[in-house]
This record gives sequence, C-alpha cells and structure tokens, in this order.
Amino acid sequence: MQVSMTVNGKAVTADVEPRTLLVHFIRESLSLTGTHVGCETSYCGACTVVVNGRSTKSCTMLAVQADGAEITTIEGLASNGDLHPIQEGFWERHGLQCGYCTPGMIMSAVGLLDENPSPSEDEIRHGLEGNLCRCTGYHNIVKAVEYAAAKMRGEEPAPAEWEVTS
Amino acid sequence: MTTTSALGGAVKRREDPALIRGKGRYTDDIKAVGMLHTAFVRSPIANGVITRLDTSEAAGMDGVHAVYTIDDVRHLGPLLAQVPIGKLRPLLADGVVKHVGEAVAMIVAESPSQARDAADAVVVDYDANPAVIDLKQAASDEIKVHDDLDSNILHTWSYHGYWDALGLESKQPEIEAAKQRDDVVIVSQEMVNQRLVPVAIEPRSVVAEWQDGYQRFTVTSSTQVPHALAGAISKMFGLAANAVHVVAPEVGGGFGAKLNVYADEILVCFASKALERSVKWTEGRREASGSTIQGRGWIATATIVGTRDGEILGYELEGLADMGAYTQNFTVAIPLLGLWVASGQYRFPTHFNIDCVVTNTMTTDAYRGAGRPEAIYYIERIIDMYAREIGLDPLEVRKKNYWQPDEFPATMGCGFALDSGDYGRSADTLMEEAGYAELRATQEKARAEGRLVGIGVSSYVEVCGFGPAVLAEIGFSWTNYGLPASFNGSGLVRVNPDGTATVIIGTGPSGQGHQTTWAQIVSDGLGLPIEQISVRHGDTAESPMGIGTFGSRSLAVDGTATHEATQKVREKAASLAAHLLEASEADIVFADGGAHVAGSPDQRVEWSALAKAAYQAHTAPEGWESGLEAQVTWSPGNATWPFGTHLAMVEVDRDTGDVSILKYVAADDCGNVVNPMIVDGQVHGGIAQGIGQAMFEDAIYDEDGNMLTTSLMDYPIPTAGDLPSFDLTRTTTPSPVNPMGVKGIGEAGTIASAQTLVNAVVDALSPLGVSHLEMPLRPKRVWQAMHDAAQS
Repeated sequence: MQVSMTVNGKAVTADVEPRTLLVHFIRESLSLTGTHVGCETSYCGACTVVVNGRSTKSCTMLAVQADGAEITTIEGLASNGDLHPIQEGFWERHGLQCGYCTPGMIMSAVGLLDENPSPSEDEIRHGLEGNLCRCTGYHNIVKAVEYAAAKMRGEEPAPAEWEVTS
Repeated sequence: MTTTSALGGAVKRREDPALIRGKGRYTDDIKAVGMLHTAFVRSPIANGVITRLDTSEAAGMDGVHAVYTIDDVRHLGPLLAQVPIGKLRPLLADGVVKHVGEAVAMIVAESPSQARDAADAVVVDYDANPAVIDLKQAASDEIKVHDDLDSNILHTWSYHGYWDALGLESKQPEIEAAKQRDDVVIVSQEMVNQRLVPVAIEPRSVVAEWQDGYQRFTVTSSTQVPHALAGAISKMFGLAANAVHVVAPEVGGGFGAKLNVYADEILVCFASKALERSVKWTEGRREASGSTIQGRGWIATATIVGTRDGEILGYELEGLADMGAYTQNFTVAIPLLGLWVASGQYRFPTHFNIDCVVTNTMTTDAYRGAGRPEAIYYIERIIDMYAREIGLDPLEVRKKNYWQPDEFPATMGCGFALDSGDYGRSADTLMEEAGYAELRATQEKARAEGRLVGIGVSSYVEVCGFGPAVLAEIGFSWTNYGLPASFNGSGLVRVNPDGTATVIIGTGPSGQGHQTTWAQIVSDGLGLPIEQISVRHGDTAESPMGIGTFGSRSLAVDGTATHEATQKVREKAASLAAHLLEASEADIVFADGGAHVAGSPDQRVEWSALAKAAYQAHTAPEGWESGLEAQVTWSPGNATWPFGTHLAMVEVDRDTGDVSILKYVAADDCGNVVNPMIVDGQVHGGIAQGIGQAMFEDAIYDEDGNMLTTSLMDYPIPTAGDLPSFDLTRTTTPSPVNPMGVKGIGEAGTIASAQTLVNAVVDALSPLGVSHLEMPLRPKRVWQAMHDAAQS
C-alpha cells in the first residue's frame, strides 16, 4: 500500500506492506534510526514520536494509519542545529546514560510540556510513566525536564545539583 | 571556553550530543549490503528429548537461505565459559532440551519476517521429561537436570574452603561456641533473593560479516566484552586473533546481561561464513527469557548470634543458588563474589556455604552486583532482625560491629583485605544528611496517629575493580576465550601532530560515560583542554587488550592504565618542552593547553607546537624517538572495596498494602571521584534497580518451567512514577590500590538498596508483629502480611 506523510518537515511517500508498524517504517524505510525498539508490548516507550502534535508510541500504529500525518522524530527536534530545550536539559542535567530510551523519553517530554508548561515533579514523573529507563533511576530525567520547562517559559533553570565545570 | 581543570569536575558528557539528537549508532541500526536476518526455533518445554526435527518445509520457504541445526555446528564445540563447571551450553540443542526457550534451530532469511515465518514451519517433536524448577527439589537430586552429571549441585562455595592456598580455617566452631553462651540471642531466618531479569532497554543484537576475500570477520555486537567476544570467535573458528575484528558501538545498557559471549553471536558468525553474507540477529523482548542470562535466584538461611547489648559474635549463611540449566561465562562463580563480601562491613566471624544448583531454567550469571547484592541482602536483613530482637537502634548495632578506621587494610575471614574504609564516618554522614533523629521522631509521631511509617537502613561493602591477577589461581581465567588470564586494563594515550589527543581504552561501556571521564584524566595530566581529547573504546582492531566493562572495574583498572600512560606521555613531552624552552625538565608545568616553565608563564610552548615538534626528529633533541604516545596495561594488586550506608523512609497504606517511598538517602564512598555528576548518575540508577528488586521485579517460572514474566507487562521494572528523587551524599576514602585512589561505583546503589527498602517496610509493619517479608513487596503481599499478622 502507498502511504504519504510529512516526517520532520519533509514529504515522504512509500509502498509498505499493510502489516508494517510505523516504527519499522521510520527506522527501515526512512532510515531514521533514532527512534528505537525496546519491547514488543508497547510498554517501554523507546519508539515514541510526535504524530499530529501528540506523543505517540510508534509501535502502536501501523504505517498506513499514519497516512497524511505530520510526524516529528528525535532527528527533527533540533532546529537549524540548535538543540530543543528538552535536548539541552538532558545534556545539562545528565538525563541520559546509555541513551537508548532517550529519544523516546525526550519525545514524550515534548508532549508533556506541550500540555503542561509548568509541571510539578509529581506531574513529570507520572507524565513519563509510559517510558522506561533502566540507567538513570529517573532522578536526572526529572531534573532535565524541569530545566527544559523553565527554559521554555523563559525562566532561569534551577541550578544543577553539582558544581558545573565549564 | 576550554576545560582544563578537570579531575573532580562535573564535566558535561561528551557522549551526549549524538545521543540526544537520535544519532547514536546502536547495533540494530546497522544495515549492511545484502544483510540477512535470523530467527530461532526455541523449545516450548523445559526438559525433554527431541524425537523429530524436520526443517525441510522451512528450508524451501520464500527468502530462506539456510536452516541450521546442531549437526551443522557441533564441530565448533559448546559455548565457551570462563568458569567451566557444570554443563556448557551447546550452540543449538543437541538431542535434548533443558530449558524453555533453548534454541533448537536457526533460520537465516532475507527479511526478519521471512525468518520468523520459516521458524514456525520447523517441525519438532519432543518426549517431555519431568523438569525441576524448585531449588530445594533440585538440590535433593530427586530429578536430575543432566543425566551425565553426578549431581544437580555443581559446586559448593565455603568461606574457608574456596581457595586452598589461603589455608583458611572454618569459623564455625567459634560461632558454635558463641551460640552456647547463655548471654546471647540467636536470630535466624530463611529468605529468598528472587531471580531477576536484567532488562537493558536495548535488546541484544549482533551483525556478523565474514569477508571471504580477506578471510576475516567483522562483528558488531551489543556487548560489554568486545575483546572476549573476539577471543571466543578466534578460538571457536580456529582463526588468528588478527582475523577477528569486534566492534561494540553504542550499547544500550548492559547490567551484566551483555557480559557473556552468547551462542547467537557465534551462530551468526557461522552463518555469515557459510553463506558469505552479512547476517544480523536482534533479540525480541520475550525471546530474551530464553536467550539472555538472568540474575540472583538464591534461597538461604541467615543466622546471627550476638549479645543483648549489640555485640555480634558470629554470622552464618547457608543456602542454594540457582545456576539455571547451562553454565555460561561466570555462572558458577557468581556466589563467590558474594562470599567475598559476605561479612559486610563487620569484623565478626563468618561462615558461608552456598551450593550452586542446576535447574531446568535459563542460565543465571552476572546481573548488576552479581552475588554481592545477594550476600549483602542476607547480612543486612538479619542484622536488622537482631537489632529488633534486642531492642537497639539498627544503625547503632551496625556501628558497634564495623571494622574501625585504624584496622585497614583489614583482612577478612575470606582472606582478602579491605583496602581502605571509614565505615563509622560514612554512617554518621548518612545520619546527618538524613536528619536521622528527626526522622525517628517523625516516625513516632506518625505511628501515634496510626500511620504505618518505617525507616530502614543498610550498610554495604562491595568488591570491585577486578581484579588481582591471582584470581586466575582460583579458576577465573580468560584463557578459555584465548585471552591472557589476568583481568588487565589498558589505556593508550596518543598526542597527535596537531596537538589533539586520542585515547583508546579496553573497556566496553554501556552508558557509563567513559569518553568523558577518561578525557578528564588525560586533560588533568597533560593540561590539554578536554575538547581536544577524543576517547575511543569497544573496537578490538584499534584498542589495546582489555577485558571490558563490568564489576565496577573500568575506572580502577583501565582508568589507572590510562592515568599511567598519561604520565609517560607527560614525561616524554616534558623532556621535549625542556629542550625547546631551554629549561630544566623538572621545571616544566603543563597547563592551559601548553607547557611553561614554573614561575615563568611567558616561557611557554603550546601543545600544538610541542606535538608538531615531537613528530619532527630533525628539530628534536638528539636521540629523540619520534611520536608522542604511550600504552600501559595495568594489572591491579588487589580489588577495591567501596562502601556506604543507605536509608529509606516509607509509608504503607493500611487498606491496600501499597508502599510509598517518602525519602531515600544514600552515603557512598567510592574513593576519589573523577566526575561527580557521572558518579551520582550511577548511584541513582543502581538504587533504582535495587528498589526494582525490592518492590516490583520477580522472574517467575511455573512448575513446568515456563517463565510467566517474559514481557515488560508481566515483569514490571520501576517507572518514573514509582520512584522518589534521591538524596545523595558522599565520603571520600581514597583507595591505596591504584594511584588515582579510585574504587568503583557502578553497582553500589544496587547492592545497598533492596534490603534498605525491605528493612523500612518491615519496620513500618513491625508494630503489627511482622518480622519478615519476601521480595518483591507488591501491595498484595504486603496486605497479606498485615492481614495474617492481624489474624494471629
């Protein structure tokens, strides 16, 4: 079947098997390998992308269901080489270790902050419950999202828990 | 702005720019030209004989290039293991199957879906035999797992008998004598340290490419041990070491699960060589229950004897550890790691006796902590029970029995010496950070209001920085993989002609930030900005002989090698700078991107000029050997022994049994710290995994050997919503074992946290008469304990 969609601002059209999941279409057909696969049960969230403005686990959709959609993957988040504040937050606050869950975690945080620009720690924690990280214990992921939320509100982020060496 | 004053600084990670943009390259991202895909036929039963294996239909299906069975690969031998006690795993089932998920046949096809479809078309008939899953039943030998082994008990690790050369004597008579005293209390409890699944979020993946024209392999794998994998491939295929090139690219978490050479890695190489095509296999999450090692799985009884005023006179741990069906890399050695820390931070006599038992389940091996979380769990749970029995504060009882600062290096009953420590200071630091007295007051107030609030503590000591070369004498040896026996670390530091530096190390990180930490070490030594230093690892074609990343060893061993190599480069560079600046070598100072003469900052040469000169013999001093690099292979004299004390405060919901973590405070000591940000991150993640064991995770097999928890739906690991933020503090007791005074921090949090949580929950329920709870502390179990306590 033929599908057409806009991915990271670029129109794409391709022939896919009807059973192709959106995540496989993104990874295999478009070679955008920043979107990861970590489970088979739509549980880990490593495959999260933004579909028509909503954070979506791309293993829960068929590629054909995304026909006509606007999709942003992790590769499309930075603009003109400038990191998105959430990407910056993850770097500034050590919100990642192995980096495998990170693209999905960041794309979920995009949806979270879109809906709630001033989340409490509790709201961040519950907002990211659909994304699993095995490395960080989430402590610094929460800090990273708090950093980004402050930046996106035009405020100065709270200082890091460590003395920053620049 | 450049970064030069780097050691001890929270330098932002150099790994992150690629990863946060989704541009890191993991194994499954690789698409080689003509690459074929793999699927395995796996056993649906836990013990049986294969009576029919018909691959003919599968072999004829669309896109299928090959279907392999043991007959195709038997000549390669079984999978290699470092400690080959027990039954080694055949590459594919050889007439019998011994656990659910055991690979029986391998399909190689054009696409993953064609491979899977063909796997479904392979016909296998089995005669099922009774399986033995329960550890105690297995230890009774009522049902044997392997007909050709004398017993299901493969080995017994005992405190005094594990290493004859040490000539250690059993402490049991001493402990028995203490038990006979009439002024003592004896507290004893059988406890389960349940089996766990490591769950790296990146599934394992491997791509093998046999280059027939050059008669060599290039293998990319999601592994923590690239050199061991290269060694295993060389050995099993009879190839020279330089005909096997292994690359570990970005590795999405390891936690020990990727510290094995796996049968699938060897099989994919075999297929690539046979078909002369690139071949990939990527593990499915549910498939992993039969293809990736699991961890823990102990049942043991801890017994403590002590006086009523808190002096502990002896400690015993006796029990069983589950090995699974087949022995892989470290399998049988894991309880030995527990043995080494069995006495925790304490000086009392210890008796340890753990039997390694085979069952019809997936292999167990190193999962974060590996033997040490189990051992520390038992001692720290039973000390808590003892403290409650004698009515003393659990932290005070611990402090009373610690090794004292003037006793280091402290030789334990197991024969190893704790390198350095100040356990009392660590506990005091924790108490101060947590506001211990106020927390206890808060708890009393909550209890008066009828709330179930508990405070739990645990001290721990870890053995890491593997390891001393003498380990080879007790059976730890990489020679089975065709490598040197020692647990060497390595570092190569090269200053390039343009004044940048390339550092190549023998580690295999999976998120530990080595590119950052190692750049700090070299920056500190050479006065070179971090931005000009590139750190590479995980590629056996370029990196010097290393062993990989596991057991919290990388910094203490490979880091030390790099530190020493940096010093060598510095010395050589200093002689050149002295020549160029017409000064004495002893007066050369490296800082701010160049070398200058002490006291005369203007008498200076930039690294760019110095490096250029180093490669130009005609302008160098007479006898100068061109180039500026050094490589060091380091073999430590002792392990390192980090330690700490953690505290958790919890509240249990009376109606539901739900446990909320109100506060988590950790005081850790890993010696000197290179990057506090990265160290904290390791502690956070470690704590979360221990909490996962305490509260959520449980690898459950039914009596027929089916694992019931193969997906993340059934095997819940902690989510962000399950955990609190952690309050971390630190003491710094440098290790004398290596020149940087570093110890290791990768596993500390996990070793400390599970029993900290359990102790807190039991403390919360103690007014109801609850004295012990088995992990995981899911609401139903906690509610049941409250309910049962109320009934009695």
